[in-house]
Amino acid sequence: MDSRTGAGDPKITLSELARAPAAVRRIVAHPYLAVRGIARGNLPSPWDIVAFALLIGTLVLVSFGTSQFGAPLSALEKNPVDLSPWALPYYALRTTLRMGAAMILSLVFSIGYAALAAKSKRAERVLIPILDILQSVPILGFLTFTYTFFLGLFPGRVLGAELASVFVIFTSQAWNMTFSVYQSLRTLPPDLSEACTSLRFSPLQRFRRLELPFAMPGLIWNMMMSMSGGWFFVVAAEALTVGNQTITLPGVGSYVATAIADKNLGAIGWAILAMLIVILLYDQLLFRPLIAWGEKFRADNEPGQVEPESWVLRMLQRSRYTALIWKPVDAAINRILRPRRAAVASAESPLQLPPWTPLAVDIAWYGLVILSAAYGGWIAVRYISHALGLGEVGHVVLFGMITMLRVILLVAMASLIWVPIGVAIGLRPRLAAMAQPVAQFLAAFPANLLFPVAVFLIVSFHLHPDIWLSPLMIFGTQWYILFNVVAGASVFPHDLRDAADNLHLRGWLWWKRAIIPGILPYYVTGAMTAAGGCWNASIVSEWVTWGQTHLQAHGLGAYIQQATTDGDYPRLVLGVGVMSLFVVTFNRVLWRPLYRSAERLAGVEE
Amino acid sequence: MNDDIKNPAAPPTEAVLEVRGVRRAFKRPHGEPLVVLESVNLNLHKGEIIGLLGRSGSGKSTLLRIVAGLIRASEGEVIYRGQPLHGAAEGISMVFQSFALFPWLTVLQNVEAGLEAQGVPADEMRELALRAIDLIGLDGFANAYPRELSGGMRQRVGFARALVVNPSILLMDEPFSALDVLTAETLRTDFLDLWIENKLPIQAVLLVTHNIEEAVFMCDRILVFSANPGRVVAEIKVPFKHPRNRLDPRFRQLVDDIYSRMTVRAATGKATVLSIGERLPEVSTNLMAGLIETLASETYKGRADMPALAQALALEVDELFPLAESLQMLGYAELESGDVHLTPLGQQFALADTQVRKIGFAKQMLTRIPLAAHIKNVLDERPGHRAPAVRFLSELEDYLSDSAAEQTLSAVTMWGRYAELFIYDDAAEAFSLDMPEAETT
Repeated sequence: MDSRTGAGDPKITLSELARAPAAVRRIVAHPYLAVRGIARGNLPSPWDIVAFALLIGTLVLVSFGTSQFGAPLSALEKNPVDLSPWALPYYALRTTLRMGAAMILSLVFSIGYAALAAKSKRAERVLIPILDILQSVPILGFLTFTYTFFLGLFPGRVLGAELASVFVIFTSQAWNMTFSVYQSLRTLPPDLSEACTSLRFSPLQRFRRLELPFAMPGLIWNMMMSMSGGWFFVVAAEALTVGNQTITLPGVGSYVATAIADKNLGAIGWAILAMLIVILLYDQLLFRPLIAWGEKFRADNEPGQVEPESWVLRMLQRSRYTALIWKPVDAAINRILRPRRAAVASAESPLQLPPWTPLAVDIAWYGLVILSAAYGGWIAVRYISHALGLGEVGHVVLFGMITMLRVILLVAMASLIWVPIGVAIGLRPRLAAMAQPVAQFLAAFPANLLFPVAVFLIVSFHLHPDIWLSPLMIFGTQWYILFNVVAGASVFPHDLRDAADNLHLRGWLWWKRAIIPGILPYYVTGAMTAAGGCWNASIVSEWVTWGQTHLQAHGLGAYIQQATTDGDYPRLVLGVGVMSLFVVTFNRVLWRPLYRSAERLAGVEE
Repeated sequence: MNDDIKNPAAPPTEAVLEVRGVRRAFKRPHGEPLVVLESVNLNLHKGEIIGLLGRSGSGKSTLLRIVAGLIRASEGEVIYRGQPLHGAAEGISMVFQSFALFPWLTVLQNVEAGLEAQGVPADEMRELALRAIDLIGLDGFANAYPRELSGGMRQRVGFARALVVNPSILLMDEPFSALDVLTAETLRTDFLDLWIENKLPIQAVLLVTHNIEEAVFMCDRILVFSANPGRVVAEIKVPFKHPRNRLDPRFRQLVDDIYSRMTVRAATGKATVLSIGERLPEVSTNLMAGLIETLASETYKGRADMPALAQALALEVDELFPLAESLQMLGYAELESGDVHLTPLGQQFALADTQVRKIGFAKQMLTRIPLAAHIKNVLDERPGHRAPAVRFLSELEDYLSDSAAEQTLSAVTMWGRYAELFIYDDAAEAFSLDMPEAETT
C-alpha cells in the first residue's frame, strides 16, 4: 500500500506527466462548464442579479395575467385514455412527434440566441446570465405557468395544451444546446475566420461554411443529451393537474398516469416496453447516424480514435437514391446563398455616424435593461410579500435546504457506487464499448415511468417516504455519472497507466495520483448533470401517488408540486425562484470551480 | 556565377500597391498607447516579390493583415488601384501559415469557396476551380478531404484557393514554415517556377517570413523589421536571378549580412540597463543550458556563426534569436555581427554541476533582470511572503501588450522556478517563498 518507504519514493504526480499528451476530450464537456469568460470569477456579477430580476418579473407577470383567464380551461375536451397495449403504438407516436417538434424549436432557438450573444457584446452581457439562470430553473415547476398561458391563448382548444407540452419539452432541451453553440461561436479558429474575411464571404456564407459546421459536433452531441433528458419531461408534461383542471394529452405519459390512477401495474409494464423501443429507434435511426455524420465537422481530426459508425448512415451514403434527393437540395441552397454579381460589385460604403453613437446606444440599451430588471424585481417582491409575507420565504428556504441535503447525499452515494464501476469498465475497452450505449440508454429512459413501481413497494412495505422517496430523485440521472466516468477512464492515456504500474502505485495511492485526476473533468460533468436532474426530479419524486394513496416527503419539490396542484401562484413563483437560486448557487460555488481545477489537474487547460 | 546578367529587380515602373505611413497602436486605460507598428511606407511594384523579415512581435504579420484588409490601420492608408483600401479587396488574396482550409469541405469545394463569394455561376466555378487545381499540381485529389492530405498537399490547396480568384496581389503569411524542410523547398521552387514562367495571374507578392534563407531565396527586396515597436530598419535588394543557388558564395554572404544586421540592435542593447518592463523571451532553461553546452563544446570552442548554428541545430530565426538574446540578457553570451560567443560566466556555467548552475543563474537573474529582482523584493517585504501573479501582470501591462506581458511573466516564472528564487502556485496564481509542505500520506 504505502510506497513511500525509502529511497525510491515516488514524489512525481502523474498529473504532471499528463501535461505532455493533452488528453483528447472525446465527450464534449457540459457546455455550461466549458464556456469561458461568463464571469471571470464565480461570484455573482451585477448582471446575474439583473438577469434574475428580469426572469422572475416575467414569471410574476405571466402568472398574474393568466390567473385572470380562469374559466375557459374547463372547456377542454376529454379523451379517455385507452389502457390496452394495442393503443400504445399510437400514443408512442404522439409522444415522439411532440419530442420532434420541440427539438426543431430548440435548434432554431439555440442557433439564433447563441449567434446573437456571440456577435453583440451588448446582447451577450444580458443573454448569457439569463441563459445561465434559465438552465437552472426547475422546468417542472414551470408546467403550470406554461399550461395556463397557452390554454389562455387558445381557450378550450387542444392546440393550446399541445403547444404548452411542446414548450415544456423545449425548455428542457434548449439551454445546453445554446451554450454549446455559443461556446463554438466564441472559439472559432482564428485562421479560418480570417480566411472567410479574406475570401470576402457574406455573413450568410460565413455562417454556412464556417460557423455552423464548426458548431456541429458539439451541437449534435448536446441534441442527444437534450433528447435523453427530454423523455423525462415529455412524460411528465402530458398529464397534469392544474387547480381543479386535469389535462391529458394522448401519449405514453398520460397512458402511465391513467394506469397509476387505475392501479394497473400490467399497463405500466407495457408502457415501459413501448418507451424502450421508442428510445432505441430514435437512437439507431436518428442519433447514431447524426453523430457518425457529424464526425466530418471535427476541426481537429485526431487519427487513431475510434470513428463512430452507424449502419443507417452507411446505408444512406451508399444508396444512389440519397444522392438523387440530396443533389437538388444542395443546389437550391447554393442558389439561394450565392450573392448576385451586381450585389457584390456595389460594395457597401460604411455608414457615417457621429462618434458618440456607440456611447448613446450603450446608455439607451443598458438603461432599458436595468429599468426593466428593477421593475421586474420590484413587482416580484411586492407580489410575494403581499400574498405570503416574509415568514413564508424562510419556510421555503428551509425546505430548499432539506432538498439540497438530499441532492448532495444522493450524488455522493451514486458517485461512490458508479465511479469505481465506471473506472473498471472504462479501463477495459471492449467492455466500455458495450457498456457505453447501455448507460446512455438508461440515462435517456424516463425514470418517472418507474416511480409507480417504487411507490407500490413503499406502500406495500410501509416504508418511510422521507427516506425511501429520495432515491427516486437520482434514479434517472445517476447514469450520467456512470457514462461520463466510463468515457473519462477509457481515454485515460495508456502511457500513464503504464507509468503508474511502473511506479507501483496501488490501492488508494493509485486512485489519488493516477485515475481520479485523470477522470475528474468527466466526473464533474456527469455529477453536475446528475445533480441538476435531481433538483428537477425532486418536483415529481417528493410527491407521488398510487391510485388514491398519496405519499409525500418534506422538501422544496413537494412544496412546488403542492402549489401546482392547489393552483397557488404566489407559492409557485416563490418555490420556483428559490429553487433556481439554489441551483445557480450550487453551480457557481461548487461545479464550476471544481471543473476548472479538475481541468488544471488533468492538464487539459485551454 | 552568372547572377547579374539579367536582374529581375530591374527599374520598377508601376506601383501596384502603396503603403503610406501606416501605423497601428492600441489605446490603453493608463499610460501611453501601445505601438505595434510604427509608420511604414512601402511601394509594391509590378513583377516584384517583397519579403517582410523579422522576429515575432515585429509587426510584419500586422502589416500583412492591414494590406489584406483583415485589420485596420490606426493611421495612414493603403492605396490599391488608386483608392484607399477598406476591408478585404477584390484582387488581393492570401495564403495562410496554417493553410486555413475548411476541414469539412473537399479540396474542390475548398477551392470553389474562393469563388463563391463572387457570385460565379456553378458550372463556371467548377471549371475555374479544376483549372486552378490542375495548375498547382493537385489533380486527382479533388475529392479528398484536407485531413487525407499531407501538409505539403494541403498548402497546395491553400495556393489553389488563393489563385483561383485571379488576384493581382498575393499575400503569403509564412506559408512554408509549417512544413518539413524538403516539402517546403519543393513548394517554394514549384511556386517560383510558375511565377517566373508567368503562369500566375498575380503581379506582385508580399511574403512574411522569419527564415532569412527563404527570404534571400525568393524575394527581390527584403524589408527587415525590428520589434517594440515594429518598424522597418533596413531595406535590402537581392540582386540574384532565379533560379538561385543557395551554395553560391554571394548568396551565403548576403544571408550572413542580414544576420548581422538583425543582431545589431541586440548588440547595442547590451550596455543599457534593462527596465522592469523589458520583454523577456519565453525560452526554457533547458534550451539555454543546451545552447551554452553546445557553444562550449569542441565544435564551436565558445564562438559560433549564427547562420551556421541555425542550420546545425535546425533552429529558425524565430527560435535562435530569442534563445541567444536571453543568454545575452543573463550575461552568459554576447551577440555581435552575426556571431554569438560565450562570456567567461557562460564558460563557467558549462562546466558547473546543476546546483552550482542554479545558484549562479539566480544571481544573474537578480542582478540583470529587474523584473525578477522586483518580484523577489516584494515577496521578501510582504509578511506572508506571498503575492498574486496578477499584481505583477498589471505592472507589466503598463509597458507591454497583454500577450507580451503574459509571456514575460511566464518566462520569469519559468526561470525563477529553475533558479529556485521563488515558488509559483498555478492553482492559486500566486508567487511565494515557502517551499511546498511535505505531504502526509
